[in-house]
Formats: sequence, C-alpha cells, structure tokens
Amino acid sequence: MSSAQIEIQLIASLVAIACAIPGTFLVLRKMAMISDAISHSILPGIVVGFFITQDLNSPLLIFLAALTGIITVVLVEYIQKTGLVKEDTAIGLVFPALFSIGVILIAKNANDVHLDVDAVLLGELAFAPFDRLLISGVDVGPKSLWVIGIILIITIGLLLAFFKELKVSTFDKGLAASLGFSPAIIHYGLMSVSSVTTVGAFDAVGAILVVALMIAPAATAYLLTTDLKKMLGLAIGFGVFSAIAGYWVAHWLDASIAGSITTVLGLLFLVVYLFAPSKGVIAVLYREKQQRTEVSLLTFLLHLRNHSEENERHVNHLNEHINWQKVRSKTVLELALKNNMIVINNDIVSLTKKGTLFTTQAIDYIITNEDSQIEGMKDDFFLFRG
Amino acid sequence: MLGSFAVLRKQSLLGDAISHAALPGIAIAFLITGAKDSNTLLLGALVSGLIGTFWIRGIITKTHLKSDTALGLILSLFFGFGMLLLTFIQKQPNANQAGLDKYLFGQAATLVESDVWLMAIVTGICLLVMLIFWKEFKMLLFDADYTKTLGFNTKFIDILITSFIVLAIVLGLQTVGVVLMSAMLLAPAAAARQWTNSLSIMVFLAALFGAFSGVFGTAISASQNNLSTGPVIVLVAAVFVVFSFVFSPSRGLLFKQIRFIKNRRDLQLHKTLAFMYNIAKTHEDITHPHTIKILNNFQGYTRGTLQKLVDKNYVILQGNMWSLTEEGFITASNLYNQLTKGDE
Repeated sequence: MSSAQIEIQLIASLVAIACAIPGTFLVLRKMAMISDAISHSILPGIVVGFFITQDLNSPLLIFLAALTGIITVVLVEYIQKTGLVKEDTAIGLVFPALFSIGVILIAKNANDVHLDVDAVLLGELAFAPFDRLLISGVDVGPKSLWVIGIILIITIGLLLAFFKELKVSTFDKGLAASLGFSPAIIHYGLMSVSSVTTVGAFDAVGAILVVALMIAPAATAYLLTTDLKKMLGLAIGFGVFSAIAGYWVAHWLDASIAGSITTVLGLLFLVVYLFAPSKGVIAVLYREKQQRTEVSLLTFLLHLRNHSEENERHVNHLNEHINWQKVRSKTVLELALKNNMIVINNDIVSLTKKGTLFTTQAIDYIITNEDSQIEGMKDDFFLFRG
Repeated sequence: MLGSFAVLRKQSLLGDAISHAALPGIAIAFLITGAKDSNTLLLGALVSGLIGTFWIRGIITKTHLKSDTALGLILSLFFGFGMLLLTFIQKQPNANQAGLDKYLFGQAATLVESDVWLMAIVTGICLLVMLIFWKEFKMLLFDADYTKTLGFNTKFIDILITSFIVLAIVLGLQTVGVVLMSAMLLAPAAAARQWTNSLSIMVFLAALFGAFSGVFGTAISASQNNLSTGPVIVLVAAVFVVFSFVFSPSRGLLFKQIRFIKNRRDLQLHKTLAFMYNIAKTHEDITHPHTIKILNNFQGYTRGTLQKLVDKNYVILQGNMWSLTEEGFITASNLYNQLTKGDE
C-alpha cells in the first residue's frame, strides 16, 4: 500500500464519519432530502465565491457555499410556511432553481477555469492526495484531509457539547421547547453543520457521495437499532467500512472511487434491509405470516366453540365453511394440535380444556378492545408459534 | 402534466429520485448492447427507474424508514452505482462510449428528429391513457380507500400512474438532464395548483406552463451563446412558480396579505361600532348625540373609521357630535348578539 492509497482511505473514512453524524439526525428528523437539496444548491455559492476570490482554495468559498446551503433551508421553510405547497414540493422547487443559477453562472463566466459541473457533482477522490497543503514550504499532507479533519473535529465537538439537546429536540420538540432549548437554534445549527460538511466533503468525494454517506449508513443503522448512541456508532462503522471496502473495489475494477463506495453502501443496505433481525423485509414477512396463521387459528377455535353439532366440526367442513384453502386449514389444524388446543376423533374436531380457556380469554380481550394483550396471552398458551 | 399527479400525491421528490435512479439503467443497457442507440438506453433507464420506484415503496411499507429517507437513499445509491458503471465503461475499449455522460446534464440541442418523434408518440400515449383512466386516476388521488371499496384494482392503477411518471422522466432526461428533471416535473404543476382547485384545469394549466417555459427557455438560451438549455428552462419555470405564488387570486401571497389587512380593518370598525352601541344603550333615545371626544379614549377610533361608519349610514356626524342611526343601532346589536353566540 503506497502512502497515497493510505491517504485516500483515510480521507474517505474521515468523510464517512463526518457525514454519518449529521446524517443520523437528518434521518431521524425526516429531513433526509434536505441533504440532497443542499448538496446541489451549494453550487452557486461556490461559483460566486470563486468570482470574488479568483481562487479555488480559499476558505471564503466554503463559507459562501455553506451560506447558500442555509439559504436553501430557509427558502424551503419559507415556501412551506406559506402553505401553498407541501414540504417535498418546496424542496423540489428550490434546489433545481439554485442549481440552474449555478450552472448558468459557470457557463457564462467561468468556462476557462477548472470548475466544471462534473467535478462538483461527482468529485474525484483519486486526485485528492495530489492536492497538497504546504505550510511554509513543508508538505503536511493532502489539503482535503485537513479540511475534512477540521470539520470532523468541530462536528464531534458540537455533538458532544449538545448531545442531550439534540436528542431531546429530535424526539420531542415540545419537550425541548418547554425545557428552554430553542428548537430553532438547534435546527439551524444542525443545518449549518450539514451544509459545512457537505461543502467540505464535496470537493473530495462529490455531492452525490455526500448524500449517500449521510443517508445510507444512518438508514442502515436505523434498521438495526432504536438506541440513538448505538445508531450513531453503527452508522459511523458502516460508513468507514464501506469507505475502505469501496476503495478496494474501485481499485480492483479501476473505476470511480465515489461510485464504488456508494455501491458498497447500497449492498450493505440491501443486506440489512432483507435480513435485519426485527425490521428486515424477511423478518416482517415472516411475522405477518405468523400473525395471519394465528388469527386463523383463533377464528377456527371460535368456530368450534360456537358449534356443538358434529357435522360442523368435521375436518372437511373447514374448507367449505370458513372458506380456507387446503394448505391453510392444514397448517391451522396442525398448529392447534401441537398446542394441545384440540383433539381429533374420527375426523371430528373438539376443543380441549386448554383450548376452551384460551378461546374464552381471547373473546374477553377482543370485546374489551385490548388487542395488545393478545400477544402476552399467546405467550402464555402457545407452545409453538404459527 | 403527469407532474400534477405527482404533486398531489405528495411524491414530488420521486421525480428527482427516479431521474437519478435511471443512470445505472443507461449504463447497463450500454454495457449489454455496446451501442449508443437511444431507444435501448431509454429502455434501460425505464427499467432501472421502475426498480428504484418500487424499491422505495417497499422500503416505506415494509420498514419504519420514512419516505424522505427512502428517496434519498435510493437516489444516491443508484446514482453512485451508475457512476461506478460509467467510469467502468470509460475504461473499456469501445469508441462508442463518448457522450454517454451527456445524459447526466442533458442537451436539447443534441436531439435528433427521431427522438422528437419518439417523444411526441409517448406524449400522445400518455394523453390517451390519461383520458381513458381519468376517473380512476382522480379517485385514487383523492380517496384511495373509497376507490378500493368500489372494486377498482388500485394496485394496477397505482402502478400505471407511476410507470407513466417514470416514462415521462426518462424521456425528459435527454432534454434537461438528471438534476433538473425534477424541476420540470414539479414546477409547472406547483404553479398550476395555485390557480385552481379543479384537477382537470390544473393538468391543463400545468401542461401550458410547461410548454411555455420550454419555449421561452429555449428561445432565451438560443439568443445567447454559452447558455445551456436545461437550466434556462428550469429558471423560466421557477419564475412562473414565483409569479403564481404571489399573484394567484385565491391562494397567492399578495391577495392573502390584502385580505388580511381588510379583515383587520373590518374588525376595528366593528370595535368602534360596538363601543358606540354600548354608550347609546344607556340613553333612551338611541340617536342622542355624543361628542367625538369620548371616542378618543378608544383604540379602534380614527377619523377614517368614523368616516367609514358615516358612509355606511350607521352614524350621523353633526359638528363635534356623533349619533347612531336606527340602522347602525340594529347592526351593532346584531353584532353583539353574534359575538355572544360565538362565545357559546
């Protein structure tokens, strides 16, 4: 591994961490699309900054870009407040307009400089190590490493200082306001941090990757845990893992680093989305099926309780009367048998004592509308779940 | 046109997500065919756009992630994957690959006649389908549960609308590019929404606004060199939106402000009248004159409001004295009654 490779991975990991922290809060506050809007609309800020300074490396550029990011947020909120359109429409209106202004400004005035739209949107991590920061002639490392490092330190500092406030205002705005924190200040603080992170990260990794790094690790972590601290930790872990893995994929495929990091993030999310223990698609589908069978079982037991006639309790009758398919009635019958709730004599089904008790209690709960209690009851009675 | 449905369905940002999600489709289609035939590329874009859309829906319904997260997630992940493929293609020894990234930012000037025909045909099909399924679309839009109980296949209609939105986006990509497509979808519809409450008029207006911004934008960008078409079109559309926000008669900001001021004036007038009524009540003769001075203690009073009351024939002025007229007294007492009724 050459030193350039290590530097690239270091930068990518730092960007991933710097993005994961505000990203987690954006996802929790249902403002994930704002990061997309910011990453597009910082363009005019950068262009204007460039006109003023004529220097692509000036800190003023970052400042102006962050300012445009905040302007975007304010504009979106203003449009939303007028009540004329919904929030998502407001976002969708503001950022393309700002982005267009940026594109036009570039096309009209800055054609001859290295400031093209591709570079802004996509970024190129591979060149980051070549852009060195020289302090009095001494090479102290790639410039973007320093930029993102400083941003990261500030972000972590703010996070530690305001963790409690952020937590409260994210989950309970009313409580936060009544406790005396200003939700507005926290909101705009978070927005500023997101803008600055986006800007600082974009010239290393590009706007799209910033969005991906903000949302994807946080969303993936959200599927796995409901604890804020764990979620932050997981998001950072996912971010760093995909940054490093993505780099090697890109190395192997000889393709864009930003793209491959995103792809790794996507694969990670897909895996978690499918297999997460309690919220993954497979788990959800399984639980839905389980519940369906259990509801059927309950219906079946109620039917048995209501009918003492033998012909109503015949196994074959199930199919006609409750209109179940063969497979379904078979699963239900087997489940009931396994749980000792019914006995079958000569194809005539009858309830056991336990079955009667279960059914009676179930009716009680259904009548009193306390559906939530049924789960606990199921735990008491069921030896096997559906 | 189809944007109207997107806006009303609160899926505005879907356009943005789809236009990004179409990128890997374009790249894969190119990888498979190895040719830059715009039809196959569009097909690829369509397929990956649809996959993106349904995955978004899957995330929203099956997990507790919210729609904005799902959108942002799919958008960035698909786009990143598309970038990976694009850069991968660039390394391939294939002379055809140049210009593939034109899809990213769009260039209306590069369109050839066959593309235009394709667009016209697809637009025609969209129109036709919309006319046929108008009733179903409309119902699903405003009351999905009702539609379901009526026995319509909501899933099918839903998929139909979504597919057409995706189709429109993918076609538009060539003209204005990935980033600005969402604005093309949204801006005309959002502008049209301000002018009307009726769906059919809104769709018509949106089409009109869209066409106008297209024409104006192209004209402006052609009149100056170095102006790319897409951004100009979007800016023109944005101007339409701002104009609509401010000047629309029933929802616009300007008229809202005017109504607000007018309401406040009315309220003050009523306050003065009520005050006068309370004084006049204490006298046997309601038209008994009082000096204007006693009104000075009262906040709602100005010479203007008094004059307005005179104009309405509620009050008579005689020198420094005022007196309520019969009509003014009745109005004021009714006012009072209404207020107490309102309190109950």
